Amino acid sequence: MAKIAIKAKNNNDLSEIRALIKKHKKNDLIFAATGMFVIASLTITLLILFLDLVIDGYPRFTLDFFSNFPSRRALKAGILSAWIGSSLVLIVTFFVAVPLGIAAGVYLEEYAKKNWISDLIEINVSNLAGVPSIIYGLLALGLFVYSFGLGQSILTAGLTLALLMLPIVIVSTRESIRAIPVHIREAAFAVGATKWQVVINHVIPYSYGGILTGVIIGMARAIGETAPVITIGALTFIAFLPPSPISTSAPFLNFEWLEAAFTVLPIQMFNWISRPQHAFHVNAAATGAVIIVLTALMNGFAIRLRYKIRKKIKW
Amino acid sequence: MKELNLGKSSIAAVLAGTFAFSNPTIAAVDIIKIDGSSTVYPITEAVAEEFQIETGIKVTVGVSGTGGGMKKFCRGDTVISGASRPIKAKERKKCAEAGIEFIEVPVAFDALTVVINPKNDFATEMTPAELKKIWEPAAQGKMMTWSQVREGWPDIPLKLYGPGADSGTFDYFTEAIVEESKAIRGDFTASEDDNVLVKGVAGDKGGMGYFGLAYYAENKDKLAAVKVQNSEGKFITPSMETVQDGSYNPLARPLFIYLNATKAAFDPNVRKFIDFYLKYAGELANEVGYIAFSDDEYAAITAHYKGSKTGTAFEKPAIGLSVKEMLKRAAAN
Repeated sequence: MAKIAIKAKNNNDLSEIRALIKKHKKNDLIFAATGMFVIASLTITLLILFLDLVIDGYPRFTLDFFSNFPSRRALKAGILSAWIGSSLVLIVTFFVAVPLGIAAGVYLEEYAKKNWISDLIEINVSNLAGVPSIIYGLLALGLFVYSFGLGQSILTAGLTLALLMLPIVIVSTRESIRAIPVHIREAAFAVGATKWQVVINHVIPYSYGGILTGVIIGMARAIGETAPVITIGALTFIAFLPPSPISTSAPFLNFEWLEAAFTVLPIQMFNWISRPQHAFHVNAAATGAVIIVLTALMNGFAIRLRYKIRKKIKW
Repeated sequence: MKELNLGKSSIAAVLAGTFAFSNPTIAAVDIIKIDGSSTVYPITEAVAEEFQIETGIKVTVGVSGTGGGMKKFCRGDTVISGASRPIKAKERKKCAEAGIEFIEVPVAFDALTVVINPKNDFATEMTPAELKKIWEPAAQGKMMTWSQVREGWPDIPLKLYGPGADSGTFDYFTEAIVEESKAIRGDFTASEDDNVLVKGVAGDKGGMGYFGLAYYAENKDKLAAVKVQNSEGKFITPSMETVQDGSYNPLARPLFIYLNATKAAFDPNVRKFIDFYLKYAGELANEVGYIAFSDDEYAAITAHYKGSKTGTAFEKPAIGLSVKEMLKRAAAN
């Protein structure tokens, strides 16, 4: 730039500089337009898919659809056991993967010594994020179902999906911790904070935004997973609900539901889409729309939370 | 005839029954666990639905496929397993090793239907030999147009659609047509979802595929069924009637449920469920798109199961057996 400026000064040729600026501005415009086009085509694709599902499944958006069990009669069939199953599994997944993932990420970033072992772990964690989900299903079948004897239960499914989600949470935790400016840490140390105080009062709160992004991506992946859940033995027909997690007598919480058999939304959808009768395909489309809405709601909530947290951070 | 061996648990159950006054409850399972074939699933789902409404006893049904279901069954995880093909020698060995004896119960027929595009007006009748020529492994890369199948047929490319290798439908078709289980050419479009096959054949003039009758029945406007030559040399359209009177062969196949013999003999809830299953199997099978046996045949099947006759009719592969022949052979093994 300086060279050009000098040259221009020497030649008193402002038009050359103007031409250059114009050219660069044009590049700006081209990039913005390309970005716009990519975003638009992605959003429109998703929107068309979603609209297609809604149009196909529209006749089944009734209260009955959400409060009925599966049935051989397509019009009587509903997704009660499936959406309750999905919700309970995701609760387990969330409460296992998030604390473990954050703890692992913080340890690796703040406490672990940088040597070949931590390098190895880092490579492994990143690779795990790319392992096909069926592999997790097979691992869980051997480990949780048979070795630990947890059975084909909500707990097993929740743990399996938590494994799937862990690498995503760990990686995003580490990335967002790394993004915190060094001087924040140094300032805290300077006033005499211990490492634990720095981590708990500064590092973690400031990286919530990035961590939440990881959690959103992970949960969105977990809700749509079919293969690992089928592998560990999720059912297709189940016309009763797990025991209620809240009881009327002390201690008001019970955990029997963790051991209960279950089904999840994607399995129900898959079963219906592969049936010969068209009426079941309508049910499948409606279920697909429900899954997308659930994912969008979950993401919306998390994004809102992230926005609020970010607003509070003042550096 | 092999009678049911009394395992440890069954002896315990008999003892418990003998001392009923001191210990009145024979341990009945809380939840009847069923798994297995996706083809048998619609019937089992219908039975489970009605049974649970009527008795309040809980039933769960999973869909792991015939093979996956058998694995669970032979480990004792489930008491009933749906199968769209007979149990295999390997699976029998697994069951025997675990000390699990099974009763083989045919529940309904399905007609494997060979379909073509409705615009295809030449290949409406075919012989099993011609089907073999198209589908056998040797056809791969060679049998590419309809004109190669029969002289006089037009030179239209042959586009093949079929179920994937994990499916019982695939096993049965290869056994009946290629005469060797799982032997098939590799260059066809495979999908586990039969609706994908429907779309493929419906959109391609040279298309051909095969799947269960129900998928054809729901798509009659988009597909045409091929009349397949039977053992008497007649060309037969697959339908409820032609399957029931036995004229549609060799592609009519029986669907089974396998019962854990000990549970079926001694567990009151499981017994109740199987009685219910056999009472309504015919009616419900027709409702979900399969073909019921006759009442006589269901009566014979019920007697077979009540007699706790374990074993399979298919120690040697067999195609096109009637229900009575199946039961006779199963009892003889």
